[in-house]
Amino acid sequence: MYEAVIGLEVHVQLSTESKIFSGSSTHFGAEPNTQASLIDLGMPGVLPVPNAKAFEMAVKFGLAIDAEIGQESIFDRKNYFYPDLPKGYQISQFEKPIVGPGRVTISLDDGTTKTINVTRAHLEEDAGKSVHDAFDGMTGVDLNRAGTPLLEIVSEPELRSAKEAVAYLKVIHSIIRYLDISDGNMAEGSMRCDCNVSIRPKGSDTLGTRTEIKNVNSFRFVEKAINTEINRQIEILEDGGRVVQETRLYDPDKDETRSMRSKEEANDYRYFPDPDLLPVVLDDSFISACRDALPELPAARKARYISEYGITDYDAGVLVADRDVADYFAEVANTSGEGKLAANWVMGSVLAELNQTGDSITDFAVTAKQLSELIARIKDNTLNSKTAKTVFEALLANEGEVDVIIESKGLVQVTDTGAIEAIVDEVIAENPDQVANYRAAPEDKQGKMLGFFVGQVMKKSQGKANPQAVNQILSTKLSG
Amino acid sequence: MSLTSDDVKRAAKLARLGLTEAETTETLTQLNSILGLVDQMQQIDTNGVAPLAHPLELKQTLRADAVTENNQRDKFQAIAPQAEAGLYLVPRVVE
Repeated sequence: MYEAVIGLEVHVQLSTESKIFSGSSTHFGAEPNTQASLIDLGMPGVLPVPNAKAFEMAVKFGLAIDAEIGQESIFDRKNYFYPDLPKGYQISQFEKPIVGPGRVTISLDDGTTKTINVTRAHLEEDAGKSVHDAFDGMTGVDLNRAGTPLLEIVSEPELRSAKEAVAYLKVIHSIIRYLDISDGNMAEGSMRCDCNVSIRPKGSDTLGTRTEIKNVNSFRFVEKAINTEINRQIEILEDGGRVVQETRLYDPDKDETRSMRSKEEANDYRYFPDPDLLPVVLDDSFISACRDALPELPAARKARYISEYGITDYDAGVLVADRDVADYFAEVANTSGEGKLAANWVMGSVLAELNQTGDSITDFAVTAKQLSELIARIKDNTLNSKTAKTVFEALLANEGEVDVIIESKGLVQVTDTGAIEAIVDEVIAENPDQVANYRAAPEDKQGKMLGFFVGQVMKKSQGKANPQAVNQILSTKLSG
Repeated sequence: MSLTSDDVKRAAKLARLGLTEAETTETLTQLNSILGLVDQMQQIDTNGVAPLAHPLELKQTLRADAVTENNQRDKFQAIAPQAEAGLYLVPRVVE
């Protein structure tokens, strides 16, 4: 039996207005090279000047994961050649990063939690983008992205499965969204993940040879890429082979990883302190200002929702993962005064719909106010679960406000006992055989058989009858 | 510590420098003489001296997060060897 040893390097683009070392805009989607200044182009004689906001965001992240903050941090040059890196080096941090050791807590499927240590997080500049297939024999280079601030967050190799890796990545994503230091959009590359994967016999404490899967760009692909790579490594070892330390790329279409660089010599980045940049020293007031500006973080909000709204640990975990969803739920729960119902509706109907459309909750057709009105109408017995669903569908289709929809669709629940009794009598008269069977059946079987009659009554009432009343009247009349 | 000519070739390759045999030999001599100086410095007792990241004992000044650059693409691309559709063109690189 093998066990996987996984560590993640997560690159997060910080949402500053300007770049980390120049005053160029970081706005996404501009015409190629219109946001690349002399500094971004790596022209001789220019001097990088660091962006204070990038430090503020990095420090906030550090505080959020309970990390040591590097009050003195140093920029180093990481040397390598690639056309989208015009200087021939990337300005990064090596010996003294802005964020030192910290930790995050992940929830596992079995309901337990696990602490994952974060080794460090450092500031660096992003590279440009290469276009390989548009020009004959040439590569096009767009340097708009060059110099965009990145926070690279490195975990200890403490993740033991692809599922744990995804859970960790989701926690990191949730934290950066709560802190509002990045949009965290993996599809657009604002958050990218490199996965270091190795395997070893279960119980062993030596590490196997690892491979690095570069730039995986969705939660789902992280899980698939890691599982695929674990299986590849197991096959190699089972066949008596040896895993080669190398960089690999995940191909989601073929669901396989393949080697990126063939026999090129081992990476040798020849890090050294960047003489263009002095040590950055942050005083206590800078750090305490960052601390004061921290919002309530996911873990704290989860605990609060459990106690304030009486919802389960699992539900709270799902609801707080995304800050906007959490805010939406809180508004529904507060306005309707029904925490559990609100949780059920947000998780069951709202999130299901969003998963299907891929839309963000901030653009969702059903506002928190509308959903609270819907819940209020369930609570006052105007709607039952079936008609409530109909109203929700109508809200999705922008058919108006809750009460207007109830009125126009004639969905007011029938709670009038007389009216329900009349329908029950009809159903009993129309189904003499079923009634005879029911009455002949032993009592413990009758409960199940009642369902048929309930269904008939609900159908006749067009779903509007109050199900509790129907049940009660039916069992009384049938036993009589 | 002294380097071999293989060390020089490897460093030259990493730095994308094409050195002739003669240049390699010359560079080897020069680098070894620099390393000789480094050896001499290594003799100094630095116990209790904190490593220095920069010879100036100053702190870095940070700038406020504001866009101060405007688009000068045409100027920059006028001195580029080749540009098309707003992109800088370089000999094809494929991983």
